[in-house]
Amino acid sequence: MTDTPLLELRGVSKHFGAVIALHEVDFKVYPGCVSALVGDNGAGKSTLIKCVAGIYRTDGGEVIYDGKPVNIHGPREASDLGIEVVYQDLALADNLDVVQNMFLGREELEALRTLDEVTMEARARDTLQSLSVTTIRSVRQTVAGLSGGQRQSVAVAKAVMWNSRLVILDEPTAALGVAQTRQVLDLVKRLAEQGLGVVIVSHNLHDIFEVADNITVLRLGQNVAEFKRTEVTQEQVVHAITAGKLTKVPGIVDTEEVTA
Amino acid sequence: MTTADATADTSGSLGDAVRDWWTNVRSGQLGSLPIVIGLIIIAIVFQSQNDRFLTASNFVNLIVQSAAFATIAMGIVFVLLLGEIDLSVGYVSGVAGVIAAVLLIPDGNEVSTPIAVALALGSGIAIGTFHGLIITKIGIPSFVVTLAGLIAWNGVVLLLIGSRGTVVLQNDFLIGLANDFLPESTSWLLWALAVLIFAGVQLNEVRVRRKADLGHDPLTLIALQVGFLALALGAVVYVANEDRGIPYLFLLVGFFFLLWTFVLGRTRFGRYVYAVGGNTEAARRAGINVDRIKIAVFAICSFMAAVGGLVLASRLRSVDTNAGGGSILLYSIAAAVIGGTSLFGGVGHIKSAILGALVIASIDNGLGLLGLGSGEKFLITGGVLLLAVTVDSLSRKAQAQSGRA
Repeated sequence: MTDTPLLELRGVSKHFGAVIALHEVDFKVYPGCVSALVGDNGAGKSTLIKCVAGIYRTDGGEVIYDGKPVNIHGPREASDLGIEVVYQDLALADNLDVVQNMFLGREELEALRTLDEVTMEARARDTLQSLSVTTIRSVRQTVAGLSGGQRQSVAVAKAVMWNSRLVILDEPTAALGVAQTRQVLDLVKRLAEQGLGVVIVSHNLHDIFEVADNITVLRLGQNVAEFKRTEVTQEQVVHAITAGKLTKVPGIVDTEEVTA
Repeated sequence: MTTADATADTSGSLGDAVRDWWTNVRSGQLGSLPIVIGLIIIAIVFQSQNDRFLTASNFVNLIVQSAAFATIAMGIVFVLLLGEIDLSVGYVSGVAGVIAAVLLIPDGNEVSTPIAVALALGSGIAIGTFHGLIITKIGIPSFVVTLAGLIAWNGVVLLLIGSRGTVVLQNDFLIGLANDFLPESTSWLLWALAVLIFAGVQLNEVRVRRKADLGHDPLTLIALQVGFLALALGAVVYVANEDRGIPYLFLLVGFFFLLWTFVLGRTRFGRYVYAVGGNTEAARRAGINVDRIKIAVFAICSFMAAVGGLVLASRLRSVDTNAGGGSILLYSIAAAVIGGTSLFGGVGHIKSAILGALVIASIDNGLGLLGLGSGEKFLITGGVLLLAVTVDSLSRKAQAQSGRA
C-alpha cells in the first residue's frame, strides 16, 4: 500500500432539496487496495459513487484525484481520468456479444471507418485472459447466454480495458450464487493485484471481509467509522452500520445549506 | 451469414461447425431455418395445385412482385430493430411515387428525371426525419406519430393528385425500373462478379483473423458457402433467362440488401442501432446519442418507403388516388416480421425483409393463380404472419429454457 491515495474525498456534501444525502464525507482509495463502502439502505453509498462518477455534482467539499483537486462533470470526464463504474444492473445489451458489449461506444475503427472486429476481438480476449476469466466459452457469444457471474466478469473487464486506474463496483455479488460470487470476488482481488484502486459497495459483510483492505461505514449520509479489515470484527462493523455515532442529527437542516 | 456468426470462434472442422449450428437450432436460435422450410412448403403446395407456379415466367413475376415489399420492409427492419414501429410507410411510398409522377408529367413544366427522383426520395428522408424528431424530442410513441402520419400522408397523396385522378407515367427511366430486364450476358457477368467478391471477402476475413491469432470458419465451410451461393444465384440467373431475364429490380433490391447489411454489420451506426434496440439505457451510458440514432433510423425507413413507392409506381405505370394504400403497409411490416425480425427490438437482419417479402409475394401470387380473391389472400397471409410470430415466441421460450435469454 502506498501512502498517497489515488482518490480522496474531503468533506464532500450533497443534498437533493432539503434531503441531505451526504454530509461532509471523507473517503480514501489507495492504488492496489480494495476499499469497501458499507452502510444500510439510504446511507448514501450510491450517491457517493455517483458523485465520483460525475453523474451528480457535489455541493461542497473537495475531490482529490491523483494528488490534484478535480471537478468531474459527467461520465465521460470520469472515464478520461481513468475512473470506471460497474453499476448493479451492469448495463449490458443482451442481444450483443461479449466483444460488442465491451467496446460499446468506443469501437475500434479501420481506415475506412468500418468496425475493426479483429482488433476488438483480440483485445477483448486478452483482457479477459489477463483477468483469468476462463469460463466464457466464446467472446462471440451473446451476453444473453451468460450466467450472472460471467455477465459481471464481462462488465468488469469492460471497465478495466480502458487503462482505468479506479474501478467502482456497485453490489457486484448481490444477485449471484455461491460459485459465481467466488468468481467475482477472485476477480476483484486480481484487479487490486494489478495495481488498480478498487471500491466495492456491498451489503454483504462476508464478501467485504473476504476482499476489502479498508472498510468505510456510512450512516445517514455521514462517516461513522473507518476500519482496517485486519483490525475489526464483523460485529463491530454491523454496530457501526446500525448505531454508529452521528456528528449531525438528521432531519435538522441549516437554512444556509439548503439555499447554498 | 448465420452459420458464419455462430461458428466465428471455432477454427475446427466442418463437423464442429455443423454441430454448433445444430446446438443453436435446438436451443431456439433458429435463424432463417423456419422461413426457408416455409418457402419450400409454399412452393410444393402451390405447384401441386397449379403447375404454372414453378415456371420461369412466374418466377420472374415473383421477383418483380416481391421487390416493392422487400424494399419497404428493409426500412421496417430498421425501426423494428429499435423496438419501434412505422405505420406510415404505405402512404409515404405513395407520396414519393406521386411526387415523381407529377413532376415528370410532360406538360412543359416537367423537371429532369434525376431531379424528380431525387425530390421523391428526398421527400422520404424529410418525412422520416420529421417523424423521428417528434418521436424523440417531444417523446410521443412512434406508434401514434406514424399513425398520424398514415392519415396525414394519405391526405397529401390526395392533394398532390388533385383532380387528375390518375397520372400515367410517360418517363422511360421510371417505367423501365420495374419493367426492364438485364441482357443475359450482363446477368452472367454480374453473377460471376458476385461469387468472386463473396469468396474474396470470406478468404480475406480468414487471412486477417489468422494473422491476429483468432479462430475462423473452417475453409471447407467457406468453400461450401461459396459453392452454395454460386449454385443458388446461378439457378436464379438461369431460370430468369429462360423467360425475360433478370429484372432490374433484382439488382435494386440486391444493392440495398448489401448496403444496409454492410451498414448494420460493419459500421458504428449499425452497432448502435442494435445496442439501442437491445438496451437503450446501456447505449445511453456508453455515450451513444440515442435520439440521433432513432431519427436516422426513421429517416432510413421513410427513404426506403420512398424507393418502394417509385418501384410500385413503375410496376403499375401510373399513380392514382389509391397510391400507397391497400395492403402495402401491412404486407411490408408482415414481410419483416415473417422474415424473422423480432418485434421486441435488437434482433433481426436485412435479409429477413427479402425472405419475408418472398413468402408474402408467393402466397399472393400462388392464390392468384388458383383464382382466389383478396378475401382468401388476406386470410391466409394473416395466418402465416401469426404462424411466424408464434415460431418466434416459441423459439424465445426455448432460448429461455436453455439459458440463452
